[in-house]
Amino acid sequence: MNRFSFTRANSVPEAVRAGGGADTRFLAGGTNLIDLMKENVERPSALVDINRVGLAGIEERPGGGLRLGALVSNADTAYDRRVAERYPLLACAILAGASPQLRNAATNGGNLNQRTRCYYFYDTATPCNKRNPGTGCGAIGGVNRIHAILGASPSCIATNPSDMCVALAALNATVRVTGPDGEREIAFADYHRLPGDAPQHDNTLRTGELVTAIDLPDEDFSAHHTYLKLRDRLSYAFALVSVAVALRMEGDRIAEARIALGGVAHKPWRVPAAEQALAGQPASAENFDRAAELLLRGAQGQGHNDFKIGLARRAIRRALRQAAAGTPQSQTDKRIA
Amino acid sequence: MNVLQNVGIGSAINRVDGLQKVTGRARYAAEHPVPGLLHGVIVSGAIPKGRIVTLEDSEARAVPGVVEVLSHKNRPHVAWFDRSHKDMVAPPGSPFKALYDDKILFSGQPIALVIAESFEVARYAASLVRASYEVEPHNTDFHKAQAERFMPSKKRDTYHPPKNRGDADAAFAAAPVKVSAEYHLATEHHNPMEMHASTVVWEGDGSLTVFDKTQGPQNVRDYLAGVFGMSASTIRVMNPFVGGAFGSGLRPQYQVYLAVMAARMLQRSVRVVMTRQQMFTHGHRPEALQSVQLGAERDGTMTAIRNSATTSTSRYENNMEDVVIWGMMNYACENAAGEYAIAPVDTATSTDMRAPGAATGMTFFEMAVDELAYAAGIDPLEFRLKNYSETDQMNGTPFTSKALREAYAEGAEAFGWSRRSQAPRSMKEGRELVGWGVATGMWDAMFSKTSASARLSANGHLEVASAASDIGTGTYTVMTQAAADTLGLPVEQIAVRLGDSSLPKAPVEGGSWMAASVGAAVQLACRSVAEKLLSAAAKMQNSPLAGASMEAVRFSGGRIALRDDPARGVAITEVMRASGTDVIAVEETASAGISGMISQMRKSRNTHSAIFVEVRVDEELGVVRVTRVVNAVAAGRIINPKTARSQILGGVVMGISMALHEESMTDHRYGRFMNHNYAEYHVPVNADIHDIQVIFVDEPDPEVTPLGVKGLGEIGIVGTAAAVANAIFHATGKRVRALPITIDKLVDDTVAP
Repeated sequence: MNRFSFTRANSVPEAVRAGGGADTRFLAGGTNLIDLMKENVERPSALVDINRVGLAGIEERPGGGLRLGALVSNADTAYDRRVAERYPLLACAILAGASPQLRNAATNGGNLNQRTRCYYFYDTATPCNKRNPGTGCGAIGGVNRIHAILGASPSCIATNPSDMCVALAALNATVRVTGPDGEREIAFADYHRLPGDAPQHDNTLRTGELVTAIDLPDEDFSAHHTYLKLRDRLSYAFALVSVAVALRMEGDRIAEARIALGGVAHKPWRVPAAEQALAGQPASAENFDRAAELLLRGAQGQGHNDFKIGLARRAIRRALRQAAAGTPQSQTDKRIA
Repeated sequence: MNVLQNVGIGSAINRVDGLQKVTGRARYAAEHPVPGLLHGVIVSGAIPKGRIVTLEDSEARAVPGVVEVLSHKNRPHVAWFDRSHKDMVAPPGSPFKALYDDKILFSGQPIALVIAESFEVARYAASLVRASYEVEPHNTDFHKAQAERFMPSKKRDTYHPPKNRGDADAAFAAAPVKVSAEYHLATEHHNPMEMHASTVVWEGDGSLTVFDKTQGPQNVRDYLAGVFGMSASTIRVMNPFVGGAFGSGLRPQYQVYLAVMAARMLQRSVRVVMTRQQMFTHGHRPEALQSVQLGAERDGTMTAIRNSATTSTSRYENNMEDVVIWGMMNYACENAAGEYAIAPVDTATSTDMRAPGAATGMTFFEMAVDELAYAAGIDPLEFRLKNYSETDQMNGTPFTSKALREAYAEGAEAFGWSRRSQAPRSMKEGRELVGWGVATGMWDAMFSKTSASARLSANGHLEVASAASDIGTGTYTVMTQAAADTLGLPVEQIAVRLGDSSLPKAPVEGGSWMAASVGAAVQLACRSVAEKLLSAAAKMQNSPLAGASMEAVRFSGGRIALRDDPARGVAITEVMRASGTDVIAVEETASAGISGMISQMRKSRNTHSAIFVEVRVDEELGVVRVTRVVNAVAAGRIINPKTARSQILGGVVMGISMALHEESMTDHRYGRFMNHNYAEYHVPVNADIHDIQVIFVDEPDPEVTPLGVKGLGEIGIVGTAAAVANAIFHATGKRVRALPITIDKLVDDTVAP
């Protein structure tokens, strides 16, 4: 293990003061960071333990909606009554991920910042632009069945592994951060980024910035939603393709649609045109196909993951059907509805 | 209370080591506390083939707490000759010798061992060792390796060549119904929960106690003696508990070699534990290609079998398996030809993994049989019964027993097979296509010469011991039951010692022979104790047992009593006291004997099974659920129905895993397995496993082994993957001939139905 300093912050300002270095990492649940340190992928010079800075509650926002503290565990978030009733899509997505033990330890802020599960990122004997910028992308031309079909670049075809973030993207959440220059809010769509020629950056956080909370807007998609995750076994595997859908229905017609894809890109994938194409339309197979086509426009396989394009199309269709029918995918009975 | 009925052979007692395991008191190889222990961390190489040009370790050596960095540049002497590095189950070839020279034979090969006062320091310093290489061309692509396919002149000892009969080519050409198919199995790694680990205790006088993760402590002892030129009497290898192995612990792995090398050099105790990633740098189930051509008459009578296979090995050893013989043995068919060879790739040598050869070869054969049944338009179970053979068709010998017909019948009944409709895609429920598949399993019923000791104390406590291993299989429990059965003692009075090379000689735990073999040895030893007890009892004053023969008495409830008059008897403790005996200690060896060896030549000895599987496949999304499995097993006498059922459950889960999940994915540019962790190397989780029913059919077989026991460690996996694949065909109409059947193969419209 690399040598690093360890400090424990007792408040957010203290954490921000301690967390200014480029090689400094905030430590919360540690479910991903510690693994990566053991594998020599992350080699921080300093760790700042933020588990005692607060941020551990779920609160009503003054103007409506919920604020999820960055240090609330994924499990406590999913099982919070307000989340489960008003944002069941988020609860479902969280429960689709990892295992109960991991969800108990992992935090909301950490979930946003978890790194890709690309084999090459994890294996220090192979090239990886995300781990070591400039060394090349091992996955291109390599083993890439879990890799991106959308928004990839010649430098990186990694995917974001989170389930929670796919739901947050669909729900138009806002990420609240505090840094050396003060507080700011980042729209969820702008939080994660595409790899471009700087795949070492997963998101748009600036050096030293700490995620403090995730705000959920006061919107109700509880009647028509689903989180459909397809993977290589029925639990405890990262998504090959996942689909978060939130619909507002007016009779048989879709008044508003939100669709986000997971497992297919460097960030949760949303296409406004696909959502607009559904607005005001009946929930029909043709319209679902049209949305899938728009969502997957420009999709490109890398060889082993070519199947993801067809699989995503099928998954989008099914998820839209589930959401429109008000029969969300169960996360406990693994049978696909 | 009748002790015999409650704890002896045939009773479903709990695992005797269960409490130790669930309370954490059972210590595994890396968990034995040793004062002053040094920690070794292995540095793994990055290239698949070539040589090390530079190995820079000065930065590592500069870390406070680092004691030594071992590499090919400074390693101490090890034996020169290959024969000194061969373990008792090594295949022919030149065994891998870690840090021997600058040559790189496979990706992830150990190139250095960093030894430090703490694990953390060793791990950090290991990250600072830098190597540069001269890269040579390599190949890890098994399909390309077919060009180098060959049959070695020196075969592995355990290899059974296929014996052809009739004229398979002509029969196949003439067959009115025929199928021809190519099958592929991806490389699998054993991935037991416990990583390979060794704790080597330096005893001061140069002797060593080695806690090792192994399936054979005496194999490791003899191997270490050969490699380091030590007397076997100065090495004691212990493996009292093993956290799974599945074959990965049959051969000594490189961590024990490195740990012993370091301990001897530094004259200190050393522990070396592999990382999960390093678990992908030694033995694995070989990648396999199998080509099966089957022919039949229109009525479904099989007329031709052509069965050909290739499995992968390394460049330095020739690992071989029995892949093609199973179907040739099992089916009544006048014309059969088998052919087998190996092909080298630049990886570590493949090795035995649960039911080596059969798990691959019988699975693919049974997938082909399903294809033939469909080509003939006959129910796949009926087709198998139509071509049923009472005898071993390949060797022309009878079986000591073969209750496969009963297994088919009881399995089909429990599963409800008669309600199946034949046509693919004909059993849809909601969005799911339902499929029912059947397959046959087959494995050897082997017996291996094994010794055991028994030691009865004056207080009636019995200790039985053998250098056998319990890799989670239930050996402790089996030995306890064999002893309880013979001497009629309660379980609490019986202590079992195993997993220690200093105990009476036993083979490696593999091949499913351990229960039959060590069970027989324990029974012999305990019978010898019983004879001595009876002889002493007969000499007691006014003994009720005077003149009684062994056949006339019964050992039960801690007493020896007359069978005809159980009231007349004496307590074992009373016999010990009266005769002034402190201890009765014996050692006995169970071997096949002359009659057994004659029987082995004249008869085939096998376990059989019939596996019935229900899958539900989401028609649109290709998501597979294995919702029901019935595995009916014919395996002779069952020592403990509870641990036996566990063995089959584990085998079935591993078979489902083989069918749907397991695959070590190689990047051929780097010659490296890439999904080398538990997150990306998939085995089933609870959500993937539903109802599994295990049936043991009645199969009395006094001839197969002394106890009539056939063994169960492997039969559970054999054929299970075929039943899953056949069920998927029945559900979807798609024949996927490459395992594992992952979602991409089911949603890919280019896979022809």
